[in-house]
Amino acid sequence: MHNEHIQEHFNNRNVTELDSNYYMVDIAAYPTDGWGKFKRVVKRSFRGELFVGLWVVLREMIKFDVHTIQYPAEKMPIGPRYRAVHEMKRLWESDTERCIGCGLCEKICISNCIRIDTKLDENSRKEVTEYSINLGRCIFCGYCAEVCPELAITHGGEYENASDQREHFIMYQDMLTPLDKMKAGTQLEFEGFGAITPHEDERVKKTPLAY
Amino acid sequence: METAYLIETVIKIVVILLIFSALAGIGTYFERKVLAFMQRRLGPVNVGPFGLLQVAADGIKLFTKEDIVPTNVVARIFKIAPVITAATAFMAAAAIPFLPSFTLFGYEVHPIVADINIGILYILGIMGVGLYGPLLGGMASANKFSLLSAARGAAVFISYEVVTGLSILAPIMMVGSLSLIDFNEYQAGGFTTWIVWSQPVAFILFWMAAFAETGRTPFHLIANDHEIIDGFGTEYSGMRWGLFFIGEYANMFFISFVISILFLGGYGDGSFLGALGLLGKVAFFFFFFLWTRAAWPDVRPDQLMWLCWKVLMPIAMINIVITAIVMM
Repeated sequence: MHNEHIQEHFNNRNVTELDSNYYMVDIAAYPTDGWGKFKRVVKRSFRGELFVGLWVVLREMIKFDVHTIQYPAEKMPIGPRYRAVHEMKRLWESDTERCIGCGLCEKICISNCIRIDTKLDENSRKEVTEYSINLGRCIFCGYCAEVCPELAITHGGEYENASDQREHFIMYQDMLTPLDKMKAGTQLEFEGFGAITPHEDERVKKTPLAY
Repeated sequence: METAYLIETVIKIVVILLIFSALAGIGTYFERKVLAFMQRRLGPVNVGPFGLLQVAADGIKLFTKEDIVPTNVVARIFKIAPVITAATAFMAAAAIPFLPSFTLFGYEVHPIVADINIGILYILGIMGVGLYGPLLGGMASANKFSLLSAARGAAVFISYEVVTGLSILAPIMMVGSLSLIDFNEYQAGGFTTWIVWSQPVAFILFWMAAFAETGRTPFHLIANDHEIIDGFGTEYSGMRWGLFFIGEYANMFFISFVISILFLGGYGDGSFLGALGLLGKVAFFFFFFLWTRAAWPDVRPDQLMWLCWKVLMPIAMINIVITAIVMM
């Protein structure tokens, strides 16, 4: 029944009723005899289409509206959700690392490029001792950023990571937001996959306790 | 006197060779720039001011690249083919008056290597010999795309030689001479005496045939990049390929000179302004070669043959007959 409904919907796609800008393309009959072909050639030759083409390119040349981006000198702006080389964020309150060493990112990584090693420090808190991402294997799928419960690992905007080695690793210290940047308050939150949505604070409701 | 003539001729040959070899390189620069601007790009910008030294960079690259002669090719023919293209292109220039005669240090210089009385016939003949470059190169390459290109090249050249010859016949009948100097003198009376006004059909036909002769875009079938890789040039590398290129661009310049002199009055009365006018006309025709490349699509080989034998050749014949009747 449901299928039939869909079928009917597709069969009744009369676009002219929905939007009068649609029109059928007028395709003339294909000439079969030599005289018809000759007439078509004459029509096409003397309709001035060739000169329209010449005018269009000359107009663009005169207007000089160049769209080239001279890449190393100027760059396209990239979206905030762009998934390039990873970043490790710090807490806004205390400037300490957000990563709690839970290892979820290592677990979920489908290309097995994250390696994490932790130990318990003197306060019995987990501390990250080793953390590396093999950028040669990473497919930048964004699962690590999505799964991270602390919004610690995110993607950044740095896409110029050419290397003379195929296996280019990035270490924890390189990904971590530098302290001076943190002090200046210029750490950027990642707005992409797994990040909190804007105005999240207003949407938070108190958990109803009185059932 | 004999020695002076010899020295003068040798100097002229060297000057023409140098200028047009350099112009071929600068022509590639202008082609890239014009095409880029028409396609909203910038073209070469990084090497030198406005990318001008790109020509030098390309030249150095071509000269220093490895000269590869692949296995299975007929090496001797493979090696000589690019030389044929470049050499015939420059040989054709011998009968072209590039500028009106002028006086240099009290010595009258005629900027034409040899004012032979069969000038236009010689030019067309030598340009026809230029066919052997792509033909032999493609056949000797042991590559099916090169062979296809050679076959197409032979078909197109031979067909359009017919149109070129027939279209030029009517102006030749009017002028009564084959020398380009005589053509120029015939039109020296000014703007209204240009042959293009009395022979517009021949002018259009010759112009179209020039595109086929030089293998430029609407008729760019011989080295059609999107169908047969680079055609006859596929197996070539380094300066051998560069010679094909120089030949093609020199041909474009020379055919522009020929059209300007045959139909558009050449250098006119021989004044400085007339000389500038000739260079301006040549520049326009060269620009038009680039312009069409940006604007127009290629035609299929069968369409090209159809156009030549069933449309252009009959029109050329009718033009000759009408011209003859009017002259009687």
